[in-house]
Amino acid sequence: MAFENLTDRLQMAMRRVTGKGRLTEKDIDEMMREVRLSLLEADVNFKVVRDFTKEVKAQALGEKILKGLNPGQQVVKIVNDELQKVMGDKAAPLALNMVGITKIMLVGLQGAGKTTTAGKLALFLRKNNNQKPLLVALDVYRPAAVEQLKTLGAQLNVDVFEKGTTHKPEQIIKEAMAYAVDNGNTVVIADTAGRLHVDHSMMDELVRVKDIMKPNEILLTLDAMTGQDAVTVAANFNETLSVTGAILTKLDGDTRGGAALSLRRVTNVPIKLMGMGEKLDQLEVFHPERMASRILGMGDVMTLVDKVTENIDEDDMMGMMEKMMSGKFNYNDYLKQLKMIKRMGSLGGILKLIPGMSKALKNQDIDEKQLVFVEAMISSMTKEERRNPKLIQRSSSRRRRIANGSGRRVADVNRLIQSLDQQTTMMKRMGNMDPQAMQRGGNPLAAMQPQPKKKKGKGKNKRRYPF
Amino acid sequence: MCLGSENGVIHVGFFKNLFTSKAKKLEAEKYKIGMAKTRSNVLSHLKELLDSADRLDDDLFDELEEIFIMADIGVNTVVKIVDHLRDRVGLNDVTTPEDLKEMIIDEMFKLYVKDEIVSSNLDIADDRVNVILFVGVNGVGKTTTIAKVAHEYKSKGKRVLMVAGDTFRAGAINQLGIWAERVGADFFKKEEGSDPSSVMYDAISYAKEHDIDLILCDTAGRLQNKKNLMKELEKIHKVIGREIDGAPHETLLVIDATTGQNGLSQAKIFDDVTNISGIVLTKLDGTAKGGIVLAIRDEMGIPIKYVGLGEKLTDLEHFDIEEYIYGMFEGIF
Ligand SMILES: Nc1nc2c(ncn2[C@@H]2O[C@H](COP(=O)(O)OP(=O)(O)OP(=O)(O)O)[C@@H](O)[C@H]2O)c(=O)[nH]1
Ligand SMILES: [Mg+2]
Repeated sequence: MAFENLTDRLQMAMRRVTGKGRLTEKDIDEMMREVRLSLLEADVNFKVVRDFTKEVKAQALGEKILKGLNPGQQVVKIVNDELQKVMGDKAAPLALNMVGITKIMLVGLQGAGKTTTAGKLALFLRKNNNQKPLLVALDVYRPAAVEQLKTLGAQLNVDVFEKGTTHKPEQIIKEAMAYAVDNGNTVVIADTAGRLHVDHSMMDELVRVKDIMKPNEILLTLDAMTGQDAVTVAANFNETLSVTGAILTKLDGDTRGGAALSLRRVTNVPIKLMGMGEKLDQLEVFHPERMASRILGMGDVMTLVDKVTENIDEDDMMGMMEKMMSGKFNYNDYLKQLKMIKRMGSLGGILKLIPGMSKALKNQDIDEKQLVFVEAMISSMTKEERRNPKLIQRSSSRRRRIANGSGRRVADVNRLIQSLDQQTTMMKRMGNMDPQAMQRGGNPLAAMQPQPKKKKGKGKNKRRYPF
Repeated sequence: MCLGSENGVIHVGFFKNLFTSKAKKLEAEKYKIGMAKTRSNVLSHLKELLDSADRLDDDLFDELEEIFIMADIGVNTVVKIVDHLRDRVGLNDVTTPEDLKEMIIDEMFKLYVKDEIVSSNLDIADDRVNVILFVGVNGVGKTTTIAKVAHEYKSKGKRVLMVAGDTFRAGAINQLGIWAERVGADFFKKEEGSDPSSVMYDAISYAKEHDIDLILCDTAGRLQNKKNLMKELEKIHKVIGREIDGAPHETLLVIDATTGQNGLSQAKIFDDVTNISGIVLTKLDGTAKGGIVLAIRDEMGIPIKYVGLGEKLTDLEHFDIEEYIYGMFEGIF
């Protein structure tokens, strides 16, 4: 998960302080050194880091802290607050026109992910805002860029306007705008060619397209793995085009994503969306305040809750949560939960939002196929067994029967039992909100982990769009 | 080592001599143009700093550290360079910024060369079918680099086959196909969605039948933390090795110069899976310096083979550490 290592490091620095009764200036200095290195390793711009540590130190040194009862906690809070200040405090929504066509222009360096993001954004707006998007192919330079957008449009069943590679982008956008009106589109998304912020003639082209299109949103698409140069790039694009927001892509990688921290502080441009995978439904609203707590290792329960409510009946969910937290969790619930998770999309992505899970999942892959096996095993249980997990736990003949019935091995059934057990324990702890304890807990997904591999069938390409 | 810094005494003139050959200087010029575009706010800052600092005090070293950080050199490597510099200043009574400049360059040069002979040439032999595999995260410039390398070897009279191993990303096959046509190289593809290993397998058969000298294999961009995609890559690598002894002869990791510290993670994990033999550093025509490749060399020993300096077929240069450092510090010499 992004920020994971930053979290680890900050936690280490914090622990040193948290363990003590009182804070000395030396303690704070030591901690700030860790914070500084950690933020630099996370690719936060060095100027932001400099200001950040200065402010935190100044505040931590205040009388209040030194006289406080629990100085460690207060420092954690100051770091958290400062981090939030840098990130910005509210999710910045896209500006959508209530009447008339909303016009969005995607800009950025080569390879940032504009074309894929254009497709994702179309799906996002159709799904969440009931829009009828039109994708416009303005990248007439990169070989097969137009074709790429056309393919995405076809996959999503979204309209695409293109004129091949022989027309100028200015001409194409003009015609596209007229087409959108005739065609009844409510939002136009222009995919422009990637370019260097220092390439003046190419930047001028963007200005001309902007003048013709008069976009409501100009979104800078930025790779989350970008290093110190992120602010230079952002500042340049912003100066030339007055961008209205940013989209951070490839945040599903293991980058610490410090560019996110820098961007807003240095350019004042809000990050509005984030790309969380190659699949076209993996675009999410960027919540700066949640990111800050994620950086500090506090997990991100809010995002989880959001995601869940988006796809799932709320009552269902609350009942489930209650049950889990009270420790009365049986195989019926387990199955229900699996089905929810399946509906919600990427399993790994969701699990990582649960506090403590990103640690537990480090270096582990969730094989979604395992879900099928788990389902099969639960289906082979009797009603009684599903309601009362103890029955299976106590009887080896029941376990054998279930294994036979589902075509799995007894070891698999054992693993499922263990998993239910661990999950119940973990959820109880989550109920008590003790992330530390949860990190010590086992991995609740033991049953879903891939077995030592037997031979797989001749592999087809495994990545497919889910629709 | 050649740089002769016995007892920490630096031979001040040495580095400058590297640039006395006119041809070299002209070559370096291209780097400079590429890298210097808005160099202004980054490393040339060092010049100001050195000019203004009349004593080499702690503040200066802190700022030096930040300047290296600005170039995205890995944090550990930066700490190491600065520590070395601090030590050497103590040993040598170096007091002027001038001396420090030479010392910085010397440190970076040593860091890269590591007392080894580092060549940016690829392991390409005349008496066999050569295979180069290109790997990297999404959007770094793999496909474009393949076109550039194909162009280089076509001009050397080789028969080159470009293989569309990215069967996943929309338009990827055609992208490579268009380049192959422009380069005039052979092109091998299967339909979108095919198993990339099977594409490699069939491409190798094609190469053997058609007297191909050099096979350049494109792969889909993948983030290094995606286990299943890395397994897919492992399989591709394995299949190539099974079909041609000793292949792939080069596995090149393509890294975008704007990449920050994550470049190290990329190098480590891709190396675990495919045994990276060299780095291609792309997009050096922007303002980013790509310093993370120095950390990769420092921590993992992987050399840089090429740099990408633009989007045209000819915008590819063999890596040369002297030119690279020269380009980086162009503002201070
Ligand atoms: N300025 C500049 N742009 C480059 C360079 N190398 C590649 N690009 C551009 O970067 C973009 C992405 O390049 P690709 O070759 O498609 O990258 P890739 O790694 O194959 O991308 P995926 O296959 O999508 O992972 C294209 O617009 C290229 O023209 C370079 O050295 N300089
Ligand atoms: Mg490619």
